[in-house]
Amino acid sequence: MIAELHAVTKRYGDLTALRDVSLALEAGQVTSVLGPNGAGKTTAVKLLIGLTRPTRGTARLFQTEPRSVAARRRTGVMLQISKVPETLTVREHIASFRSHYPAPLSIDDTLSRTGLAAVADRRFGHLSGGQRQRVLFALAICGNPDLLFLDEPTVGLDVESRRAFWQEIRRLASEGRSVVLTTHYLEEADAVSDRIVLLDRGMVTADDTPHAIKARVASRRIRCVTRIDPHVLGQWEDVSSVRLDGAAVEILTRDAERVIREMFARDDRLSALEVTGANLEDACLALTAQRNGGAPSASTGVVP
Amino acid sequence: MTRHVLELDATRAEGALPHREGHNGHPSPMSLAVRACVLEAKYELLKALRMPAFAIPAIVFPAMFYVLFGVAFGSRGVAGLTMPTYLLATYGAFGVIGASLFAFGVGVAVERGHGWLTLKRATPMPPASFLLAKLAMCALFSVAIVALLATLGVTLGGVRLAAPTWTLLMCTLVAGAVPFCALGLALGLLVAPSAAAPIANLVYLPMAFASGLWIPLEALPAVVRSIAPWLPAYHLAQLALKTIGGGADAPVWSHVAALLGFALAGLGVALYAYRRQEE
Repeated sequence: MIAELHAVTKRYGDLTALRDVSLALEAGQVTSVLGPNGAGKTTAVKLLIGLTRPTRGTARLFQTEPRSVAARRRTGVMLQISKVPETLTVREHIASFRSHYPAPLSIDDTLSRTGLAAVADRRFGHLSGGQRQRVLFALAICGNPDLLFLDEPTVGLDVESRRAFWQEIRRLASEGRSVVLTTHYLEEADAVSDRIVLLDRGMVTADDTPHAIKARVASRRIRCVTRIDPHVLGQWEDVSSVRLDGAAVEILTRDAERVIREMFARDDRLSALEVTGANLEDACLALTAQRNGGAPSASTGVVP
Repeated sequence: MTRHVLELDATRAEGALPHREGHNGHPSPMSLAVRACVLEAKYELLKALRMPAFAIPAIVFPAMFYVLFGVAFGSRGVAGLTMPTYLLATYGAFGVIGASLFAFGVGVAVERGHGWLTLKRATPMPPASFLLAKLAMCALFSVAIVALLATLGVTLGGVRLAAPTWTLLMCTLVAGAVPFCALGLALGLLVAPSAAAPIANLVYLPMAFASGLWIPLEALPAVVRSIAPWLPAYHLAQLALKTIGGGADAPVWSHVAALLGFALAGLGVALYAYRRQEE
């Protein structure tokens, strides 16, 4: 075990960001912490890296205090921050950060892994948004860490940069490093993660492999064009959510066959029918919706 | 060093986590920290030099004021010193105080506002290293500010001091800037980033005037003279004046004690503000 939250509650004034959360991260895994805005993702990361203290419970990093130098020397961190000092160049920033680690990556290796070699001598203030984001990534990996924390690492990156970024994450993981990330791009989290921790309103709703989480909701997605009122569809048994997408309607259901039979019975001119397995986003939505709909089902709850 | 990185990569290629328990082959933690701190100071200085909004006012304003108000009234004497000699000490104090208050007050506030300090806190860098680097940068700026003033004093104002006196004056001013770094740090950690510069000016300029840094206290109204001893800038100015044979009757230790008191108060507030961020 490399990082752990044990029965952690975190309050900011009246707001409870995390409620009795327990979480243990294993070495060599890519773990994605997902959840709606305000679910407590960033708070969980900040507790694990010792940027904030738990109100109750304990946080441990490499079997020690998260704020200790020993733990931090093995950890790289990328946070959602707006700027780093603008008058230093990319190379200078990396040189300064890596100097605090006992066995850092070389500057050139860091630059090439993050696609920054071409702008190495440019000042931070003269970089584009995507390049700035990559500098923050470079600062996280330059210390050659065993464990990487990445808070919304791909915000502001274009599609191509995002692809390159996930490729580098896979490479880092294949080198035996552990990665913990939060992201809004669930498809990408699905592709890259060994494990998903789903947070909702400060509690762990699900903690499993992406495959198991998708299987847990056992949902499929029906997409079609129909005259049936979506509000009526939403009332049906077995329909967990209904979403309009242009002329089409997207229905998430546990029993696709039955819903489709019922739909054809009411609208025989139903068209453009597609049925697919639910993706991670559907699963997360369904799991969060379950909780918001009432008491948590037997399959959810805090994982010890 | 390089060899070790390669070894680490080799371990990783086999899919195993590298063992970091025994830091064999690594530099000792102490030398690592020293090296990192020196590098930090170098970049702190580069950062400041490349920021015209900080570097130019910090160096040019004291020199400009000194020429306008100090050298221009060259013939008059005050408290047994020529005006340019007297004001060399007080504008020196004005200069080093400004650099310290702004580097720490505004610099820290802005970097805090961007989230940079939070990111730095998540690295193994000891907070002391951050402070020492900024202190070193301030000290170098202070030396440059005083050296420029001294050059102007000698060439335009006819200031003549013995070599040991020059050294003592320089050392007093550079060391005397430290309490203002502490006060600046408290400001930088406490106030909103956008408010830092206006607040720093609101503290700096009236304090400079009321401490007799611009115009000798002897020429100011009694009410200002009674306020002055409550201000840290007054005590630094008096210490600087004492090195060149001026200053009020109070003993040197009283000024040193007052500055230490302000330094500790600043550090205390800074520590409180820093701790508060961890909650």
